[in-house]
Amino acid sequence: MALSLDNLETRQVDPEKPLIEVDDLIMRYKIKAGDVSAVEGVTFTIHQGEAVGLVGESGCGKTSTALALLRLLPSNAEYISGEVRLNGTDLLRLNTDEMRKKRWKDIAMVFQGAMNSWNPVYRVGEQIREVLDTHFRGELTVDEQNQHMEGLFRAVGLPAEMIHRYPHEFSGGMRQRAVIAMALACSPDLIIADEPTTALDVIVQDQILKELKRIQRDLGMSILYISHDIAVIAEVTDSLGVMYAGKLVEYGPTSEVFARPRHPYAYLLLRSTPSITGPRRQLAPLGGEPPDLLHPPSGCRFHPRCPFATEKCSLEEPPLAEVLPGHRVACWHWEEVPELEEELKR
Amino acid sequence: MTATAPTQTKPLIDVIDLKKLFPISRGLFRAPTDFVHAVDGIDFKIAPGESLGLVGESGCGKSTTGRMLVKLIEPTSGHIQFNDGDYERDVANVSRGEISEFRSRVQMIFQDPYESMNPRRTVFDTVSEPLAVQKIGTIPEREERVLDLLQLVGLTPPENFLFRFPHELSGGQRQRIAVARALVMNPRFVVADEPTSMLDVSIRISIMELMTELADELGVSYLYITHDLAVARYMCDRIAVMYLGKIVEVGPTEEILAHPRHPYTRALLSAVPVPDPSFHRTPVEIKGGISKAINPAPECRFIERCPFAAQVCEENPHPPLIEVGESHFAACYRVDEI
Amino acid sequence: MATKETLRPEPEFLEEEANAAALEELVHGGDVIATPLWKIRLRLLRRSFSQNWGLFKESKMGIVGLIIIAIFGLMAVAHPILMNTVWDPRVYHPETGYDAVTTDYTIVEDGTVTDPLTEMEITEARIELNPNIRVGQTYSIPTQPAPPTFDGDHPHYLGTDPLGRDIFSQLLYGSRAAFLLGFVAAFTTVFIATTIGAIAAYYGGAIDGFFMRFADLILLMPLLPLLIVLSAVIQINMVLLGILIGILGGFGAEAIVLKSQALSIRVKSYIDAARVAGGGDSHIIFRHIVPNVLPLSFLYMMFGVTGAIGLEATLSFFGLLNVPMSWGIMINTAQSQGYLLSGTAYWWLLFPAGLAVSILAFAFFIVGRGMDEVINPRLRAR
Repeated sequence: MALSLDNLETRQVDPEKPLIEVDDLIMRYKIKAGDVSAVEGVTFTIHQGEAVGLVGESGCGKTSTALALLRLLPSNAEYISGEVRLNGTDLLRLNTDEMRKKRWKDIAMVFQGAMNSWNPVYRVGEQIREVLDTHFRGELTVDEQNQHMEGLFRAVGLPAEMIHRYPHEFSGGMRQRAVIAMALACSPDLIIADEPTTALDVIVQDQILKELKRIQRDLGMSILYISHDIAVIAEVTDSLGVMYAGKLVEYGPTSEVFARPRHPYAYLLLRSTPSITGPRRQLAPLGGEPPDLLHPPSGCRFHPRCPFATEKCSLEEPPLAEVLPGHRVACWHWEEVPELEEELKR
Repeated sequence: MTATAPTQTKPLIDVIDLKKLFPISRGLFRAPTDFVHAVDGIDFKIAPGESLGLVGESGCGKSTTGRMLVKLIEPTSGHIQFNDGDYERDVANVSRGEISEFRSRVQMIFQDPYESMNPRRTVFDTVSEPLAVQKIGTIPEREERVLDLLQLVGLTPPENFLFRFPHELSGGQRQRIAVARALVMNPRFVVADEPTSMLDVSIRISIMELMTELADELGVSYLYITHDLAVARYMCDRIAVMYLGKIVEVGPTEEILAHPRHPYTRALLSAVPVPDPSFHRTPVEIKGGISKAINPAPECRFIERCPFAAQVCEENPHPPLIEVGESHFAACYRVDEI
Repeated sequence: MATKETLRPEPEFLEEEANAAALEELVHGGDVIATPLWKIRLRLLRRSFSQNWGLFKESKMGIVGLIIIAIFGLMAVAHPILMNTVWDPRVYHPETGYDAVTTDYTIVEDGTVTDPLTEMEITEARIELNPNIRVGQTYSIPTQPAPPTFDGDHPHYLGTDPLGRDIFSQLLYGSRAAFLLGFVAAFTTVFIATTIGAIAAYYGGAIDGFFMRFADLILLMPLLPLLIVLSAVIQINMVLLGILIGILGGFGAEAIVLKSQALSIRVKSYIDAARVAGGGDSHIIFRHIVPNVLPLSFLYMMFGVTGAIGLEATLSFFGLLNVPMSWGIMINTAQSQGYLLSGTAYWWLLFPAGLAVSILAFAFFIVGRGMDEVINPRLRAR
């Protein structure tokens, strides 16, 4: 694939066409004590040029899902079933070499804490050059590589000449931009951003999120955001999925899910975030703890903490079904959830 | 909790021109010439029973301020007047003999629920440490007290938790124990340094609720240090915004959120993401990034990045806090014009 | 500011019943306040010990090492028992025993010797023994060192050494000496290293500098000449040697490693929390820093025993120590009498002692490696 700035700038995007289809993905970690059910039947679709968010708390499986897309899970992870289709091709059935070609060229990732993973003894440009050498061996001269990297830096709002600087000469926000530039290096169709702004200050966070939104819009890129920060997801995503204990419990357009959350966990989570707007202290407390994924609860995994749980919930797992247009919820009692709104007002 | 101007009764905490400078050594035998002005002359008051939020980005000096208030580090200059009934001291002057008395009145809750408890000591050891160190009470009496506190912070039944080790507990449970430990001596004043930032979102609320309830019940005041304005809003009646070692704005929480007067506060507020996709915020653009306050120039700290910087700002030293509303102060020369 | 995003599942959250059961274990039906605290702590200790033991058991290396140490321990214990019961001290004492084991030599024609240990050439016999001797006769000659014998009044299962002393007895005695030396040396090293490591780390600045410079001084001190000189002046026994090795070792690398461990603990928030709770310097050092350094200290103790045993054997072999008896002295005796390079002919002089040193030192080492997985959770298999 010939690289040029053009590849980076223009991209035909059809928001109706799916780019990645995750189909009933089941994945477990094998540890001494047994199998940890980390991703249990997750199904969702990322369309071309769309920003999708996966939201949930620690241990809910969102990072595992993201890593599964790139097949970068640790050696004790086992794919049980399901498909991950990129433009129709099932990534899970590819062999190692074929998958390696797809990584970074079709899907790239901004890892959690990547901004702190720059090797301090090499210039930033050299480290990005490693990526280019790996994927375009012998196809580009050093000058062409430099030109490309300067273009990447400009695309993320960094001065082009900084490719020749060392990581310690970058501030935190600039390092994160450089990581994004590296993710863009091979013009992928999808970028996975895992907690892209968690370690950054508020003002820098705002700048990075703006940059990512611009990249999505101008370059026609799809972005999968992984975050526990509900506010960030609210602002940058078009669709979002709420994960709990390895399961996708709600999925739909962001504005819809925020306006009308219909899964009890999603409702409580979305309404338990303090905000500088709206009522000061009308927040929904969530009792209990997330379950142990070695021995997950029977039936619906949220039932031990759910205010609507009935016996059915402990016996039968609710499917992720479309209950409102484009809006899927995995709950037997989704219709009763608006009652919580009344509870809260009291 | 009303946001009264703390001038009626003696304030619980009265910080006057507090400074902390850290030397940057340039060699083994040369006296340091460069200093990081972590805290550069701040003033604020906290009334009894009130919660003040100390808000800012990393490097602004809020953690350093908190640690000076509990005497973990000593100020370079300035005064921290602590007035608790008939016990009135300048924190910097508390002598070694008096330190136990001080520590029974001023306590701290730490940020990291994983690291703030010794992994080899039981919950009982950790919570009763202030009692043990000061040799208060017999062991059964201490056990009773710890059980009472565990009950108070919502760990029930408390007997089950008394002899657990930290690694057997979740983050939320550990943070409740941190609260219990802070309260075991019935302090008047607690410094909370980002106590919820390392917890899961759904647990944060329960910890914050716990802290507010206990504040009401026991009449404890907080200095709540955080970078998260939304959390500060939930917890605090008043907020002080810090930038590079200075307080740039202070006042009642809702007032500052509704009418921020300092350019930095405005930029900060406008950058906070809102968990409501229908809300459109308009970020105030400021240039550059935060720098370290090393040997800062005398003029306004914010001058490099301020969109309203003018000649008056260049010609004068860092502006003092000026009253801009009902107990609302901002440190800006141009505050009436912008 | 990030929450703990991990790929590993969260630690087990005990359910109510499990919580209650754990408490039951500690109070045995009584009221938790009525149960004395020391009893509770004892039971907690027992519980954590069995948990750690469970982890240790999984490392086969560690178990093998432990078994070997147990065997040598039995040997060490057996020696005084045997000396006081079955063995005649005049024969079996490891230092002063003597047994004139006689070997029968058959006289053969010159040039026809097949086994030098039981046959002798006639010319040599006529010169050495009796000029009137004839081919075919057998002659009993007291032999030192004698190969293993299993019958008679005084069997020597591993033979005798060039001075007529029973090797088996020496071996068992040496086991005692090795344990004594090993533990005294290792304990002294670790005690000193932990103490100065914790204090240097806590106070930093001038105190740290002082200890580090003092350590440099000690490191400069040449161990060998010091030991040689001392050996000449006083009788060095295992305990004294252990203390010496311990002192000289305690200021070296272990101190630095333990100091850095102590440093990493000093910056943790629970130290700040302890100070805010009112804890003074000694409270923090001895109740917080040292207990968290101790697991590492204990680990180094294991490796310290290995080093001490090996060191003593080497020094004794070179004849630099005048300890009365040890495995090293056994090898030294063999060497000084010229039997070292005799190959397998006089194997009993070399192999028992040499193997004993190697195997016991190795056993402590692999026990240490086994403990490493218990102490350092990151090394555990998932």
